[in-house]
Order: sequence, then C-alpha cells, then structure tokens
Amino acid sequence: MSDMHTITGNQGLQIEEPLIFEQDTPGKCGVDLVDVPKVKTRLGGLERAGKIGLPGMTEPDTVRHYMRLSQKNYAIDTGFYPLGSCTMKHNPRLNEKMARLPGLADLHPMQPNSTIQGALELIDQCAYWLKELTGMPAVAMSPAAGAHGELCGLMAARAAHEAKGNPRKVVLCPESAHGTNPATAAACGYKVESIPATNDGRVDLAALKAALNEDVAAIMLTNPNTCGLFERDIVEIAEAVHAVGAYFYCDGANFNAIMGRVRPGDLGIDCMHINLHKTFSTPHGGGGPGSGPVVLSAALAPFAPVPYVVDTGDGFKLVEHKADSDQQPFGRIKGFHGQMGMFIRSLSYMMSHGSDGLRQASADAVLNANYLKAKLQDMLSVSFPEGPCMHEVLFDDRFLKDTGVSTLDFAKMMIDEGVHPMTMYFPLVVHGALLMEPTETESKDTLDKFIHMIREMTKKAKEGAAEKFHAAPTLTPRRRLDETAAARKPVLKWEAAAAE
Amino acid sequence: MRYLPLSEGDRTEMLDAIGVSSMEDLYCDVPKDVLLDRYVQSLPTVRGEMEVERALSALAAKNTGANAVPSFLGAGLYHHHVPATVDYMIQRGEFLTSYTPYQPEIAQGTLQYLFEFQTQVAMLTGMDVANASMYDGATGCAEAVLMANRVTKRSKAILSGGLHPHYRDVTRTHAHFNGFEVVSAEPDVDNVEDLIAQIDDQTSCVVVQTPSFFGHLNDYTKLGEACHEKKALLVVVFTEVLSLGALKSPGEMGADIVVGEGQSIGNALNFGGPTVGLFAVKQKYLRQMPGRVCGETVDSDGRRGWVLTLSTREQHIRREKATSNICTNSGLCALAFNIHLTLLGEEGLTKLSALNHARACQVADRLAKIDGVTIINDTFFNEFTVRLSKSASGVIDALAEKNILGGVPVKRLYQDRPELDDLMLVAVTETATDEDIDALIAGLTEVLS
Repeated sequence: MSDMHTITGNQGLQIEEPLIFEQDTPGKCGVDLVDVPKVKTRLGGLERAGKIGLPGMTEPDTVRHYMRLSQKNYAIDTGFYPLGSCTMKHNPRLNEKMARLPGLADLHPMQPNSTIQGALELIDQCAYWLKELTGMPAVAMSPAAGAHGELCGLMAARAAHEAKGNPRKVVLCPESAHGTNPATAAACGYKVESIPATNDGRVDLAALKAALNEDVAAIMLTNPNTCGLFERDIVEIAEAVHAVGAYFYCDGANFNAIMGRVRPGDLGIDCMHINLHKTFSTPHGGGGPGSGPVVLSAALAPFAPVPYVVDTGDGFKLVEHKADSDQQPFGRIKGFHGQMGMFIRSLSYMMSHGSDGLRQASADAVLNANYLKAKLQDMLSVSFPEGPCMHEVLFDDRFLKDTGVSTLDFAKMMIDEGVHPMTMYFPLVVHGALLMEPTETESKDTLDKFIHMIREMTKKAKEGAAEKFHAAPTLTPRRRLDETAAARKPVLKWEAAAAE
Repeated sequence: MRYLPLSEGDRTEMLDAIGVSSMEDLYCDVPKDVLLDRYVQSLPTVRGEMEVERALSALAAKNTGANAVPSFLGAGLYHHHVPATVDYMIQRGEFLTSYTPYQPEIAQGTLQYLFEFQTQVAMLTGMDVANASMYDGATGCAEAVLMANRVTKRSKAILSGGLHPHYRDVTRTHAHFNGFEVVSAEPDVDNVEDLIAQIDDQTSCVVVQTPSFFGHLNDYTKLGEACHEKKALLVVVFTEVLSLGALKSPGEMGADIVVGEGQSIGNALNFGGPTVGLFAVKQKYLRQMPGRVCGETVDSDGRRGWVLTLSTREQHIRREKATSNICTNSGLCALAFNIHLTLLGEEGLTKLSALNHARACQVADRLAKIDGVTIINDTFFNEFTVRLSKSASGVIDALAEKNILGGVPVKRLYQDRPELDDLMLVAVTETATDEDIDALIAGLTEVLS
C-alpha cells in the first residue's frame, strides 16, 4: 500500500529478498572442503568446459535468505489452515526427530539384509497398523503419493482383470471426483465415464447401476466423498460393482474422518490409497514429499507390486523381483523401497495416538466440521444441509449472490484476517465451492474465533463492501498476482540477460 | 492425547450446539453393521513421547547406518555430507507445514525457492526449463518416456543397457498398462552405434544414462543427432546429480528431456525415499512437460512475485486429458536441494564434484592391485564396477560382518542374469576417509584370499 512505502521496500519483519542469483559474489562459498588430491582423471574427455552459472554465497547470507523466504509463508504452525480435502493437521516434531535417527536416515536401500533388519521390521509394523485400521489383508507400501497410490491400485485391478483374460475398457468416476482419479484411469489405458451426483451430494446409485456392465473394470469413488459426506449406499455400490466382476477403488484422501470408526475392508472395497501426508500427519512440505500406501483386498493382494517385506519367522526380507515372488506382482512403480522417511513419521504418529487416540481423532475432526456447519449455516449456504457432514463441510456461493463478492474475493479477505483460506472451487459439483476442513487438532477457541470472523466478513459482504473484498489481500508480502500473464508468457527461470 | 485440544466439556458443548446427543449421531450415515463400537482392538493404545522414542530408537539400533561404518554404496543413491544449515532450514515450520502454494500471496517463500530450484536444475542440466520436481528419478524416467510419446505421437521407446534397472522396470510397468512398447538393450550395452541402428519411424525416444548404471561415461551428441534425424527424442538420465558439476551437460549433448535423481544434493539416503526427481526439457516441449511449474509474474501493485502456472496441463483442470496424474511432488526435498546447492555455489559444487572423482580414482587404483579384483571401467565419475574372483553378494555379506558396507552386488538388480554374479558396484564420495578406504582394501583383500 502506498502509505506504507519505506526507503528499503521492507516493512518491518517483512524483508524484500532478491533471488540467490541476484546476490552472487563470485568466489564466495558456503562450505569448506578439503583439497582435491591430484590424480589421473577418468572422465574420458567429457569434462565440463564452461561455467554452470551458480551464484556464490556464504553460509550467513544463505541462512538469512531462507529465513526471510520462510517468513513469507503461511503454515499450519502459523495458524488455522482449513484447506478442504488436504487435512492440514498438526505435524508433531517427535516424528521429525524419529525420521532423523542414526540407523534410519543414513540407511542405504541396497545394504545387505543383515544390516537393515530394524528398517524392515519398521515397514512391517507400519503396514500392520494400516492393515488393521482398514481391515484389509494386504498393503503395497511403495507408492510415493496419493495419485501414485491411485495408479498402483488401478494397475493391480487391471492386472487382476488381465489374469482373467480381459483387461476391460472403462473406469467409472463420479463427477465430484478429484482430478487425479480420471487422470489415473487414463494413465492405465482406460476410458473414463462420469457418474452424476444426486441432489443430496452422493453418487446416483441408479445411474451407477445403469452404467455398470462387463466392460467396466473398476469404479473410483472417494468415501467420505469430496462433498464431505459419507456414501450411505456404499455397501450396495460394492455389491453392484462386484456383481459385474469389476473392482472397487476407494480414494482414501478422506480417511481422517473414519479411522478407528469404519474399516474399508468391511465395506467391500478392493483397494484404497492412504495419504500418509494427510491422515497420518507427515508434513506437506510445501507440496511433498508424500506417501500413498495402498491397502488391498484378498482379490487384488496377489498383484501388489515389488518390492515388499516378508516376515520369514527368522528375520525379515525384501522381495525385490517378480521371479522371487510366490505371488503375481504387476511390476515395479518406484525406485527402491518406498517413502521410508514417511513410514517412520506416520508410525511415530500412530504409536503416539494409539488405536484409541486415532478413534478419538477422527471423531474430533468430524465434530469440529459439524460445529462449523452448525454455527455458520444460517449465514452461509451449506450445499448439502441434510444430516451431519464428515470431517469437512461444503458451502457454495449462493450466500454471496448479488454482493459482488466471489468465492475468490472472500478467500483473499480471509488472508488479511490471518487465516488460510478453505479450498475454493472444488468440488466442481456446486457453484463457487468453499470446502472447509478444520481437522481435529484445532481447539474450540480457534473455531469460535474463526466462526466470528466468517460471520462478520459475510455481514460486510452483504452490506456492500465489495470493493474492499476485490482489493484483498492488502496486508501480505504480495497482493493478488497476475496468473494470466504468468501463463501467457511463461518465465520459469532467472536469466542474467533479463535481470540487467 | 497431547495432540487433541478438545476437552470433554468442549465436546459436550459442541454436540449441544450441533443438536445431537453423541458422537455416534454424527456417524448416522454409516450402515450400522459396519460401524465399529470401540477402537480397533488388535492395536496398542496411546503412548507418551518418551515411550515412542524408545520403541523407534530400538528399531533404529538394529540397523547399521552409512554414517556409522565405512560405506561405498551407490547404484542410484549416494551417501554425501549435508551441511547442518540445510536440515535446520527445511524444518522451519513455514516450509515444513505449508501446503502446495495455492494461495500465492501467502506462499511466496515456497514459490521463490521453487523458482530458484527450477533455475538451478536448468543450469546444471544445460536445458531451457525445469519443473518443480518429481517423486524420484525412476518415476521421472517413466514420465519422460510418456512425454516423448506425446510429443512424437509414437509409441516405442529404446532403453540403453546402461539405464538403472529400477528406472527400466518402472518405465516397463507404465508401458504395459499404458500400451506402448519398450525395447531394452542387454545389461551394460550402451554402444551408440547399436542404439542408432535401432531407431526407426516408430521410435519416440532413446533413453540413455550418464554416468551409466555401471559407471561409464559416454558422449551422446551423435546419438542425439541420429534421434533428431528420425524425429525421435533423446532422453538423458542421471542418478548421481553431482556428476553434472564435473561433466559436459546433457543439454550440450543435444538432449530433449533430461531426468534424474537429485538426492545427492541436500537429501539423506532415507533407505531410498523420499528423494527428489529432477526434470528438464527444451523450451519447445514445455507444454507437454508433466508436474508443477512455478513462474514469475507481478502483483496488483506491480511488484515481482511468483505463482504456480501452466496448470492447464495438469490433472485438476484437464482431468483424464492431463499430461500426468502427478499432484503432490517432492517440495521439501527440492528445498533441501536448493539450499545445499546455494551453499555450494559454482566453486563449491565444482570442487565437491572433483573431490568425489579424485577419491574414486584413488580407490579404483588401490582396488586394482588386489588379487581377484578387476576394474571394468575405462571411464567413471564417483562409481565404477569391479569383477571379483568370487560371488559379489557373498563378498559383500562377508564385508558387512566386518562392519564395512563394501558395495552393491550387480545381480541384486539383475536377478535374472546369473552371469553378472561376480560384479560389484563401488561408489566413493567425499565422506570416505583414508581410514575407511584402508578398511575396505584390507577387508576385501582378506575376503578374496
């Protein structure tokens, strides 16, 4: 804002920070290395000829650079982060400490079996928790993220169909599905058919049944679904899917609502990925790394990819090749053995809670979401008001009608109020979606303050403060950014010429 | 439970506000017969921090980590020293506990480091543009082949025999389910003339690795020219990113797509994951590139800032027509890479790369003098292959009993190739001390005698 101009451009704790490339002092270095011994090199005449162009910076300058960058980010550690479908819960630091233990962080994946018994036991224990919590007989641990888990699950389903002689052609996805679902089905060579939702935000069972036939390889369904609702007909859906010989893929992104309460294995599900970076609190890290183990039914378990851990009774071992397996693994989907660092963090999290604590956590997550719904439903428009929601509550933009304020404007105003916005414009089945997921690690006090804030903001919007909403955010390191310009003429790296 | 702030009183008050009498009422949409009436009984209950720490430390203590003993393991991941600054900085809550930067006004920290990361990757690989990371090198390799298929509208990929077997296998898995063809050369067959002879009008790309899985270095300039003549793409893979500090870049060789593993810079071994996949392409193929991309723009006050961009390629917009199904990537590992490379800079990286190579040369020369050891490489960076007079896995197990992690048996990755039983990969980094090297030489001499 113009009245906040300073000589430096800084604003108190908010310090303008150039790119590392703009701070280059040639010859400076942030590490001290021993002298390079003189040897006859074996680079075969392929030595690099020119400069790479990397900037030189000392350690103190580097520390300040990243410290200042960090202060331009909003995080769970900063405040309330009700980003629907993302499960932004507290990330305990104990988990970070455990992942860095000597003997875990410094293990090489190709070490001899005798030197990694504790690591394999840890993977086995993590797998045990996941299998028991989901009521499923097997789990594939190697997928690197949720979408990668989807790929793994659908590949297992396709492999099972192929083993019966016909891979089939079609995968059914509800129109409320996360974009990764149809993208995954396409990556497995399937045609995607969309299933409509009913007026109460659930899969249209009649439409689903009409779409089911022997060409259908699988259905991909999120439960609780992306509208924050439990699919009441899920057992009947599973029966109908199985009746035509198809498999039931459940997107487990919303498992946080039901862990310790409902076991997907009891619902007739054949495979479900679990986002360890959502439900089991491994940090999102600004976009990863994640981990997406896939639990599998007895029908799909034989097709789980390599590698996997086996308890031989006389120690643990890794099965790394199809030929060493007594099952029918469909292949390999990742280098080495999966996201070990995330297995450690999630196991630490599960052990801390215990089975009883996890059951309490899911209930508190659902309670918090329903509390938001109860306290906001008279002012905001709840998309599916009937009955309780699960761990997230979906609003649409009807309450903003004729105010000149859009969902985006509303979200940007929340930023000025010190709260991270909810998920916007997803799912696509309602207009101008606002999807709020408070998680179980928020106190009643935090929720009450948030509720007050939203109510007051809504009042302002209805009283004609549209201009203020359009201008928001005004108190952030940057104001609204021009995304159209960014896409029209992409500048994706720093270049010396451009900077001069 | 220490992570759950609601008290019993809060819960009662909130249930009242909602207008239900119990938690169970909130689960009324769940069919009664599948709703659990108590916690899962086969699992233990709540534990304090100290108890959890003891249990996990006991598991860690059963392992032998690479920091504890002389270690010469590579084969795709490498043991390097990571400066303390890196791990301290990535644990800043603002980096660690933020989401993908969907609200750019309050995520400029993440976006700026992604922009710096993309620039660093483009510089190292000698390419025009890079994305904001992939899961790892192996999945990145499969994505590179899928991308080449899209660009060329062809469906046959030729893989060099120098490609890491996990990268080959992940690519084959995608090929099987996605319906394209993969032709793999025999292990260690990386002859440019042979690869050129195989390119036909159905070939979408040739995938080569440098240094190869066996450690050899090769110039692929001529291969690139041959690819382009037949309108196929050259995909260059690396597993040791540090090699790019010493070697001619893939971009200079004419690569169209460069993909590799970035773990060596900034990231611990982590028993194989998480790591960080690097992915860079020529400008003209930008819109077929998978994954997140960060771009520069301005805010409404005209100040420079960054946003995620080109999302019309991605699954949340394009759904089944997306360039990839990838969503989450390796953000925090990319940050670790970015910080470590900032600390190194031009001078540090060049020196660290030279140091790795020199140490490897020293070890190779000493190993070559042991009876029963033959170095098969003429060229290498920091990893090479030795032929032993005995089965490599037996030798490695015997070394492990002496608390030496001596190498990786090639056959562990080529399970179907009994003729490779006597081959061992040896990687030497800056972490190997003179004492470590003495221990390896003495241990191997004894085991082979």
